[in-house]
Amino acid sequence: MRKGKHTYVPEEGIYIIKTISIVGPNEGRGRFSSYYDAVLQDYDWDCKTHEKTEIKMHKYAIEQVIEESALGRSDIDCIVGGDLLNQLVASTFAAREFEIPCLGVYSACASFGEALAISSFLIGKGNMNNVVCCTGSHFGAVERQFRYPLELGTQPAPSSQYTVTAAGSALLSSTYKENVPIIEACTIGKIVDRHICDANNMGAAMAPAAADTIITHLRDMKRGEDYYDYIFTGDLGKYGRETLYYLCKKQGYDLAGCLNDCGALIYSDEQKDMQGGSGAGCLAAVFASYIYKEMCAGNMKKVLLVPTGALLSKGSSLQGESIPGIAHAVAVEMRC
Amino acid sequence: MMEGDEYCKYVSRTAPKTGELKTLLSAFCVGGFICMIGQGFTDLYAYLLPETEESMIGALTSMTMIFIGAAFTGFGIYDKIGSVAGAGSIIPITGFANSIASPAMEFRKEGIIFGLMAKMFVIAGPVIVTGVVSSVIVGAIYRIIAVV
Repeated sequence: MRKGKHTYVPEEGIYIIKTISIVGPNEGRGRFSSYYDAVLQDYDWDCKTHEKTEIKMHKYAIEQVIEESALGRSDIDCIVGGDLLNQLVASTFAAREFEIPCLGVYSACASFGEALAISSFLIGKGNMNNVVCCTGSHFGAVERQFRYPLELGTQPAPSSQYTVTAAGSALLSSTYKENVPIIEACTIGKIVDRHICDANNMGAAMAPAAADTIITHLRDMKRGEDYYDYIFTGDLGKYGRETLYYLCKKQGYDLAGCLNDCGALIYSDEQKDMQGGSGAGCLAAVFASYIYKEMCAGNMKKVLLVPTGALLSKGSSLQGESIPGIAHAVAVEMRC
Repeated sequence: MMEGDEYCKYVSRTAPKTGELKTLLSAFCVGGFICMIGQGFTDLYAYLLPETEESMIGALTSMTMIFIGAAFTGFGIYDKIGSVAGAGSIIPITGFANSIASPAMEFRKEGIIFGLMAKMFVIAGPVIVTGVVSSVIVGAIYRIIAVV
């Protein structure tokens, strides 16, 4: 059911019945180390290339989420997957093993939000019953595509972020399950470009899109900023989060009490990470581990996920294009 | 919502900046240290090969430093030095070796011809082109001045 301008509220319950997270060694030493389902010992995981490692991570996340939810592969109606690599080679190549219908989605690092929203629409109106959402990123694979070879001796800019090696999956179902969160509303974000051209400051490029989506969501749902226990943005980083806070405050929304950013949180304070983590696996892995488990344990009731994406390619930056941002909002709630 | 110009100004005012003194100092120290090692090799070769011409000693030193830069890249050490030193490890000839060895390693996965050979000079290429073009221009100017 449509609510306000860009928000859709599923009429029937969409239950997130299981999530799986898998992360790289650096992320495994980070703030949520005890929440992840699997932590890699190294960045290769016995694969010859980092792209193959990422495919294996996606495959693990999809396989485990189906297995641990006690469903069979034949019960899954669709896999909705995304990643940052050209032609979505990680998520689609992982899905070739399953013989399950597949949709590839791309909103850069906001792909997990797009996957959740599209899956909700697929399940609504009784079209599908069980859908797996999975997105991820690998530091080595992303670095060579968007930046430089790994062994090149460059100095990271203080405003830059570190692409996470992580994948997260969620199994959405129309079948009732006790004590799991449901998807309560989805707001599809607009592409917002405030003419930031610095590819080393993606937090600044994405913050206006996040502000626009959050404010649209709150207005559409006629909610105040205190409605949600937590608002988790995707990968704005520490500086991007401060910028988002500033932009929302200018619009009359004070998010001080509830605003968190998965990129800013994923590494511990001792890890040298500039502004934090980024990547399509960032919010996916944090949601599939920390947020989901804390919600099931009853420590969080109402959470707004706002994954954020910077829509650039190496070529677009070199051609002088600015970096448009996108953010989708997905409200996840525990119903008691 | 803030408009483009206003927002860009806000970002350039508030974004985290590079600590200039710290990066300058680390670049100076590491860059200086690399050059010191180079000078050490020059002195060593001059001592070991007293009959050799000075230009040949220079070439020997360059070759040694290029070898060390490429080897450190292969062992995964040079990128760690670079993350601290910045231009301090890019400017010396070891940095040039790193800029060729690192894409060669990275793109080896796409095969010898279309990976390693094709991508080896993606970073060093512009440096070589600039060097060749500017030497042609300087040579032409030198010739004109000599004629006049």
